[in-house]
Amino acid sequence: MSTFWDPLRQRTPARIGLDRAGDAARTRHVLESAEALALARDAVHGSLDVDRLGGELRALGLGEPVHVPSAAPDRATYLSRPDLGRRPADVPELAPADLTLVVADGLSAEATARHAAGVLAALLPELPGALTVGPPVIATQARVALADHVGAAQGARLGLVVIGERPGLSAHDSLGAYLTWAPAPGTADSARNCVSNIRRPHGLGHADAARTLARLIAGARRIEATGVQLKDTSGLLTDE
Amino acid sequence: MRYSHTLRDRTYTFDGLVELLAKATPNRSGDRLAGCAAESDAERVAARWALADVPLTTFLTDPVVPPEDDNITRLIWDTHDGDAFAPVRHHTVGELRDWLLDTAAGPDAATRLSALAPGLTPEMVAAVSKLMRNQDLVSVAAATSVTTAFRTTLGLPGRLATRLQPNHPADDPAGVAGAVLDGLLLGAGDAVIGVNPASDNPRTVRDLLHLLDDIRTRYEIPVQSSVLTHVTTTIDLIGQGAPVDLPFQSIAGTQRANDGFGVTPAMLAEANDAARGLGRGSVGDNVLYFETGQGAALSADGHRGTGGRPVDQQTLEARAYGLARVFDPLIVNTVVGFIGPEYLYDGKQIVRAGLEDHFCGKLLGLPMGVDVCYTTHAEADQDDMDTLLLLLTAAGCTFVITVPGADDVMLGYQSTSFHDVLTTRRITGTRPAPEFETWLAGLGMLDGAGRVRAVDPAESPLRELTAKAGA
Repeated sequence: MSTFWDPLRQRTPARIGLDRAGDAARTRHVLESAEALALARDAVHGSLDVDRLGGELRALGLGEPVHVPSAAPDRATYLSRPDLGRRPADVPELAPADLTLVVADGLSAEATARHAAGVLAALLPELPGALTVGPPVIATQARVALADHVGAAQGARLGLVVIGERPGLSAHDSLGAYLTWAPAPGTADSARNCVSNIRRPHGLGHADAARTLARLIAGARRIEATGVQLKDTSGLLTDE
Repeated sequence: MRYSHTLRDRTYTFDGLVELLAKATPNRSGDRLAGCAAESDAERVAARWALADVPLTTFLTDPVVPPEDDNITRLIWDTHDGDAFAPVRHHTVGELRDWLLDTAAGPDAATRLSALAPGLTPEMVAAVSKLMRNQDLVSVAAATSVTTAFRTTLGLPGRLATRLQPNHPADDPAGVAGAVLDGLLLGAGDAVIGVNPASDNPRTVRDLLHLLDDIRTRYEIPVQSSVLTHVTTTIDLIGQGAPVDLPFQSIAGTQRANDGFGVTPAMLAEANDAARGLGRGSVGDNVLYFETGQGAALSADGHRGTGGRPVDQQTLEARAYGLARVFDPLIVNTVVGFIGPEYLYDGKQIVRAGLEDHFCGKLLGLPMGVDVCYTTHAEADQDDMDTLLLLLTAAGCTFVITVPGADDVMLGYQSTSFHDVLTTRRITGTRPAPEFETWLAGLGMLDGAGRVRAVDPAESPLRELTAKAGA
């Protein structure tokens, strides 16, 4: 077997240099691609173990976690109707808090199950003591904007959503975190800041993600805004 | 105007052309999301019966999107050619389907269909497609011929070209060059070698333009390159002397959606003039590269038409072709499964939409290609892509997108691979663009039957291709 492609594979994750069987790719390459797609699709269609995650989030000491299903009743509806995933079936009654915390399944419940509690556990000690944090909300069949409803109900200054990102062939368990100042229904995506690709070992680690989020939260409180005006000046966001 | 049709003992009514077109559209998630889809199969077929009786001249007086609000409608109406329309002027939508199939099966089909193109509006073509089965869409598209050229000639009968898409998540030059080499060794790139940059930084774009142009000139490859960034960035780079072959732009079918992309027809005209002015083509001067896709207008909240009603995504897609054809582009492609399951839910919807888009674009006179693709959250897999690729090749598709192993590691979706096109070319007896084929043969890369040989890359004349990029 030729080693010609080895140095180039150090420079790109692309599937270059696949050996041929006739004009097609050889069996092992076809199975490698099928395996990556299968893992991604299972992640898309997997459901979040709410009880288990609830136990992990309870341990954060922020109060009893609250489960909020979206208006999408099942996965098929969720995938074809993003508008339903953006709003809760019922808006919960929650005590006021400065920071709304929403843990959502998004497009990869596996990512949420693996990384959400770890990132939040690393984040909480980094937050200023004066900031009140609401009880963790576990949102299922949910998209990012669902948290705007929760945040508005809590009268929150800031909304933080951690959510499973759309699985790709190279990563199916990558978590994203979205920060929104003065969350309210109808907030534009451009008014949020995002920290993406939180996963181990090839993405952003929990501690690094938590530090970046803490800086963004501090910055958002200083300028009372999120979105394009707010940049992470540590370089972590741009250098990842 | 109200339309109605009675099925058995139930009468279905449709309040205007916008609702009629939407309700007649084959089922797809994007129209449900927009709230304009038929509510039952019976309503859908009733709408098709009613649509079949609509005179084509209705589309010249009854706008789907009001011209006072929308520069695309004005452009479509201003460029309509009444003389070319004459052969079908007195027909209904249903009669147009029959005329197209008769013509496709008769003598001089390509000539007659090409002559008709300027006489058809996007809405007429979208309407008739809704009455056509997949087989009809393939049949008429296969009889239609659209030829364009820059350094290769595209769209000739019996040819299937490819865009070689060597994307890299961090625009690493050696990584990009490695994927270019992989594609060239597998006979890809004759439509364009085109990179979607991860960064919009003009310096990054310029570096990629130089990387591709250096490879092309070093190996004297008859291909064109493109770095797919916003058209205004490309216009600026042309001004700075960067080696631009094909300016690129994503476009959609309404003014509002194009506003969302930050693009106007005037910008496209400026890019067209600027790139043509460079005189870099050797066998032709078609220079623009457009991408479109069903759902683009809805995702930009630019999908409403007459009376504020949502227009179905397939009609809006055809309107984007009405904009594209004004500029005589080298290539247009619809990224049919890229946008996700909220617009095209599964393999069946993606296959249907790919055939519709290809048919509509080609009938309107465009050099139509397709990104045969899907995302991990759609109900689709590589089997569906095989099906669509073979159908499109039978339909005479100008080009398809190819990426290493069908896996785009920058944009995060799955398309078709270099290997897929080798297989399809052999099954269907199609070949690369002639200039590129001659180059492949000159380097000894083809066997006696004109097929791309399996070679040890270390023995290939291209083996040093990536060295300059730092690999």
